[in-house]
Amino acid sequence: MLDGRTTLDLVIGFLGLLMILAALWSVLSKRLLSSVLLSGAVSLLASLVFLALGAPDVAMTEAAIGSALTTMVFLYSLSRMKVEQDAHEDGGAS
Amino acid sequence: MMKKVLLLAAIALLAFALWPFVRDVGLAEPGELATAYLERGPAELGTANVVTSIVVSYRGFDTLGEVTVLFTATAGVGGLLARRKSGHGRKKAAERGATDASEILKTASRLLSPLLVLFGVYIFLHGHLTPGGGFQGGVIIATAVLIGLLADPEAGLAHGVMHLVEGLSGFAYVALGAVGLWFTGVQAGFLDPRFLPLGELGRLASAGAIPIIYSLVGLKVGAELTGILDAMKEDAE
Repeated sequence: MLDGRTTLDLVIGFLGLLMILAALWSVLSKRLLSSVLLSGAVSLLASLVFLALGAPDVAMTEAAIGSALTTMVFLYSLSRMKVEQDAHEDGGAS
Repeated sequence: MMKKVLLLAAIALLAFALWPFVRDVGLAEPGELATAYLERGPAELGTANVVTSIVVSYRGFDTLGEVTVLFTATAGVGGLLARRKSGHGRKKAAERGATDASEILKTASRLLSPLLVLFGVYIFLHGHLTPGGGFQGGVIIATAVLIGLLADPEAGLAHGVMHLVEGLSGFAYVALGAVGLWFTGVQAGFLDPRFLPLGELGRLASAGAIPIIYSLVGLKVGAELTGILDAMKEDAE
């Protein structure tokens, strides 16, 4: 029978392992889009860890800012980079 | 190859150095200051959520600093992006060759956006009772606007209203802090919320001025983050 402390350790260990995997995948990924989405996933998992540790205030901030807003800001920058790249390629071709 | 080995060694060293903190997580007794906050917060300020009593009152000056940092960041983003786009007007979505949002996204955003705004307002109004507060509520409001922007790329924001909300709530926040300085008697400090009655622990109208201060912070953060998202979106087009 597991006591509360061991269960908490297991949950945090599992989430931490997922976080490390997602972070590594995000760094090693060749596509920028997957990198951005995976770094958002790291934040989401971090917010779950905070929740498991009994810090709901921090968890809410991490989930809302880390995984929603930051990801969106990165996605907008990514689409802006694409627009500039396309314009550059068009200018070079003509 | 050498670089990768060194990198792995650095990560392992860092993990080893941080291991004691991870091992003892949740076990350590709160220190003297933390114990004082935990014991005195509810009695002194009437907040059921101790985190809020620290963020808004005991460490209220730090929160004012955070709000200032966020304001500076927003002003920086807005200033840089506005200068860049002043040359050419906004193109219509069809001219850019952008595809329309799907019907599912449009319908869901119409349903979700108002609910999310309501949830954000709930979070910052209940900051002294339940987890969350001005920052979290403000971010949720910005997320609601973001969903609307995603579903309808042509949608524009009422910039005048947003600037008005941001400026007025920031001003009112500092003004309330000054009121706390002058009207709470001998032991008062800047941002002391006790010039309003503390009320009964756990009621919505309790904890002095904390709900008002946190609502102002929430409005300001919501308006600022919405402004950043809007600037990024218009610049990306």
